[in-house]
Amino acid sequence: MAGHTTQLDAKTLWGGKESPFQTSYGKLMMWFFLVSDALTFSGLLIAYGFTRHDAQDAWPIGEETFNSMPFLGHGYPLLYVALMTFILIVSSVTMVLAVEAGHRMDRKGVTNWMIATIIGGFFFVGSQAWEWSHFIHGSEFGKIELADGSQAIVKGHFGEIKNFTVIEAGKHHKVGEVMKEDLMHEFHHAAEKGHLEGGNIHFADGTVAKINKAKDHEMKLIIKKSGSKHEIGSTPITGAAAEKMYYEALYSGEANRVVYGANLKQNEYGPQQYAQFFFFITGFHGFHVFSGVMINIIILIGVLGGTYHKRGHYEMVEKTGLYWHFVDLVWVFVFTFFYLI
Amino acid sequence: MASVAHEGHGHDHHDDHHHHEENFISKYIFSQDHKMIGKQFLMTAVFMGLVAMILSILFRIQLAWPGESSDFLSFFLGEKWAPNGVLKEDMYLGLVTIHGTIMVFFLLTGGLSGTFSNLLIPLQLGARDMASGFLNMLSYWFFFLSSLLMLVSLFVESGPAMAGWTIYPPLSALPQAVSGSGLGMTLWLFSMTIFIASSLIGSLNYIVTVINLRTQGMSMTRMPLTIWAFFVTAILGVLSFPVLLSAALLLVMDRLAGTSFYLSDIIVGGEMLANHGGSPLLYQHLFWFLGHPEVYIVLLPALGLSSEIIATNARKPIFGYKAMIGSILAIGFLSFIVWGHHMFVTGMNPFLGSVFVFTTLLIAIPSAVKVFNYLTTLWKGSLVLTPAMLFAIGLVSTFITGGVTGIILADSALDIALHDTYFVVAHFHIVMGMSAVFGMFGGVYHWFPKMFGKMMNMRLGYAHFWITLIGAYGVFFPMHFVGLAGAPRRYYDYSVYAETDSPTADMMMDLNVIITIFAIVAALGQLIFLFNFFYSIFRGPKAPQNPWNANSLEWTTPVEHVHGNWPGALPVVHRWPYDYSKPGADTDFIPQDVPLAEGEEEH
Repeated sequence: MAGHTTQLDAKTLWGGKESPFQTSYGKLMMWFFLVSDALTFSGLLIAYGFTRHDAQDAWPIGEETFNSMPFLGHGYPLLYVALMTFILIVSSVTMVLAVEAGHRMDRKGVTNWMIATIIGGFFFVGSQAWEWSHFIHGSEFGKIELADGSQAIVKGHFGEIKNFTVIEAGKHHKVGEVMKEDLMHEFHHAAEKGHLEGGNIHFADGTVAKINKAKDHEMKLIIKKSGSKHEIGSTPITGAAAEKMYYEALYSGEANRVVYGANLKQNEYGPQQYAQFFFFITGFHGFHVFSGVMINIIILIGVLGGTYHKRGHYEMVEKTGLYWHFVDLVWVFVFTFFYLI
Repeated sequence: MASVAHEGHGHDHHDDHHHHEENFISKYIFSQDHKMIGKQFLMTAVFMGLVAMILSILFRIQLAWPGESSDFLSFFLGEKWAPNGVLKEDMYLGLVTIHGTIMVFFLLTGGLSGTFSNLLIPLQLGARDMASGFLNMLSYWFFFLSSLLMLVSLFVESGPAMAGWTIYPPLSALPQAVSGSGLGMTLWLFSMTIFIASSLIGSLNYIVTVINLRTQGMSMTRMPLTIWAFFVTAILGVLSFPVLLSAALLLVMDRLAGTSFYLSDIIVGGEMLANHGGSPLLYQHLFWFLGHPEVYIVLLPALGLSSEIIATNARKPIFGYKAMIGSILAIGFLSFIVWGHHMFVTGMNPFLGSVFVFTTLLIAIPSAVKVFNYLTTLWKGSLVLTPAMLFAIGLVSTFITGGVTGIILADSALDIALHDTYFVVAHFHIVMGMSAVFGMFGGVYHWFPKMFGKMMNMRLGYAHFWITLIGAYGVFFPMHFVGLAGAPRRYYDYSVYAETDSPTADMMMDLNVIITIFAIVAALGQLIFLFNFFYSIFRGPKAPQNPWNANSLEWTTPVEHVHGNWPGALPVVHRWPYDYSKPGADTDFIPQDVPLAEGEEEH
C-alpha cells in the first residue's frame, strides 16, 4: 500500500508532501511568531489609546514633551526621535542587503551588512537610553500647580541661575557667601520641597540665600488639569501674566506644587499613565530591539565561523531579518502613537 | 525545497534509531519525540486535573454544610486554612481561583490540545514528527514549569491567588485587598506568563506542521477533522494569548512597579491611594479578548476528537465534512468579536451591548451545524458503543444542554438578571467544562492503544462513563436553579439568605447539598478511570494495530512506537478519512492509504 504511488492531484500545492508556500518550517514559524508578537503590541497600544481617550486633553502631544537634541538643548521638536527612527529604518535596509548577499552566497557581504545592522541597532538602543534619561530628568520649568488648583506645563527659555547669595547664615554658610555649584539641582530640589519663598532659597542647614537668576523668555503655560479659574484646552497663558503666575506658585513655599521630569508615580508632562505607558511600551520595544541586536550578533558569529556557508544557504540570516524588520515596523507604530498623534 | 530537505532529515533520524539506543533521559524526560511529549502532557494534565478536582470538593463541602466541621477539610488544609475543620473565607476564594485556573488552562488547554495535537498531528498527517522536535520539548517543559509554579502557589504563607480565575484588578492588583494578592498572585502571574510561552511555542509548531508536513496526497480537505480542529485551535492560541500577555504584564507593573494602568481613586482601609486615572475596565477588555477565544481553544479540540470517534464508531462517513470545517473556521473567527458579552453589566453602552448580543448569537449557527452533523452521523449508523463513543455522544448531549443556556446568557437583557449567578456557572461548566472533559476522556479511551500499545478495560470504561455523566449532570443541572433563585457566584456562605428570604434560602441550601453529593460521587468515579488508565498501561491486553477499524493514518503505524512513526516510507494518501461502509467495498472501512479501486469515485 504505502509507497507505491499513483499520480495524485497536483492541481494545487496544498496536496501534501511539498510545503504549499514553498518555504521552510522555520521561516513560517517566524512569521506566525511575529503575528503573535504583533498582537501583544496591539494589546499594549490599544490600552494606551483607551487610557488616552479617557484622559482627553490632559494628555500631552508629542512635540510638547520631546524637543531636545543632545548637546544642543531645547527647541528642536521631534528632531532627535526622527533621527533615531531614520537610523533604525536604515538598519532595516542594511539587513535586506545582508539577506541579499546571503542569496548570492557572498559571505563577506553578509558580514559587512550584518555589522552595519548591528551598529544601527546599538545606536537606536543607545538613543533610547538618552531619550529615557532626558524624559526622566525633564525640563527646567516642570509642571506647576497654579493658585486656582489647575495644573500647567511650562514652555519657554529658562533664564540661567547665576548664583545664590547667602543672606541668612546657617550651619555651613556665612552671610555674603556666593554659591556657584550644583545650582539647578538645588533649585529643583528646593522647589519640590517648597523651600523657595519670595525669590529666596532655604537650605536644610538653615541657610537662606537670594537667587540671582536671569529673566525667562517666551514663557507659555499650557493647562493640563482644570482648576477653578483655568480650564483644560483654553488658550495658553503667555507673557508677563504667565511669569507672574508661575513664580507665584513656585515661590509659594508650599511643597508638591511643582513636578520635574518623570517617574512611575508622577510626571511633568501629563497624567500618570502617560509616563507609565511611555516607559512600558518603549521599554518593551527596546527590549525587543536589544534582543534583536543580540540575535544578530549570534548570527554574525555564525556567519564569521562559516556555519551557514557550509550549510549551503543563509536562511538563518533571513529569519533574523524578518524579526528585525518586524521590530522596526513596531517602532513605526510606537513612534506614531507617542510622538506624532 | 526545504520541505524535501526536511523529509530527508526525518529519514536520517529514523535510520539512527537502529544503531543507537536512546538512554532513559532522552527517551522519557527530555524527549523530542511527539508521541512521548503528548504522553508527558497527558500525565501532567491528569495530575493537575486531579488536584483541581480535590480543590473543588473542598469548597463544595463548605457550600453544602457551611460552618460545620469537616475532617476532610482539616486533613487537606490544616489549622491555618481550616481552623476546627471549617474553611476560612480567604482560602475559599483561593480554592475557587486555583480550581478554575487549573481546569481551564492546565487540564483543558494543556491537557487537551497539548496531548492530542502532539500525538495526532504527525500521526494523522503522515509526518515523521513535529516540525521542530526541540521547540516541542521546550513547550512541554515550560508547561511543566508553569504547572509547578501554580502548585507551589498553593503552599505559600499568604495563600494562593484569590481574585478568581479572571484575576480582575483592583482585587488582584493590591496586596492589601486580599491576602492571596500577595506572593500567591505574583506566582500565578509568573506561572501564566510561562504557560503563555509554552502555548505559543506549541501552537507555532502545530500550525507549521499542519501546513508544511502533510504527506503526499494529504490535501487540506483530506485531513481528519481532528487536525482541522487542532489547526484552528492553534491559530486561536497564537492570536489570543499574546493579548493576555500584555494584560498580565501591565498587571505585573501595577503590582510590582507602582504604576496605575488599572487603578484609579481606590480607598483601602480609609486611605485614598495615589493611583489615579487608570481603568479596571481596560483589563477586562484585554482579558476577555483572550478569554473568549480561550473557550474555543478548550472546546474545539474536544469537538474534533469527537467527530473522529463518532464517525469511526457509527461506521458512517461524517455528515457534512466541509460544513464541519466551515463551522470550525466560523467559530474561530466569531470567537474574536464577542468578548463584550462578558461585560454587559460594566456600564457598557447598550447599543454596543446589542452588537455583542448579535455577534454572540451568530455563534449559535456554526455550533448548531456541528450538533446536527453529529446527530445525522449517528442517525441509522451501526453504532459501536465503546467507552470512547459513549463519551463522544455525551459531549453532544452536554454541548446541546449548555449551548441552549448560552443563548439565554447571550441576550444582554436576560444576562443583566443572570450575570454572575450560578446560572452562568452551570452554563459554562456544562458547555465548556463537561464537553471538553468528555472529549478528552473519549480521546484517551480511543487513542490509548496508540499511546501505550495496550487496551483499556471496557467494563471499567462503561462504569466510569455512566458515573461521570450522571454525576456531572447531577452537579451542574441543579446549579441553574440555584442561579435563577438569585445566588451570586463566589459567595462563601449562602445560608445568609435565610434572614431575608427563607424559602429561597432553603431551596438553595438543599440544592447545594445535592450538588455536593453528586460532586463527590463524580469525583470518586474518576478513581475508576485512574485505576483503569494506569493498570492498563502495565497490565492491559496488547493492542492490535487497528483496534477500532479506523481509516486515519495513525492506525497504519506499528503498535510499538518507532522514532519517525513509519518504519518504511511514509504512507501516501488517496482518499478522505471517512470512507466507512462505502457501497461496493469489501470491508466497512477503507484506510486513507488505500488507492481508489478501479471505477471507484472519491467521496
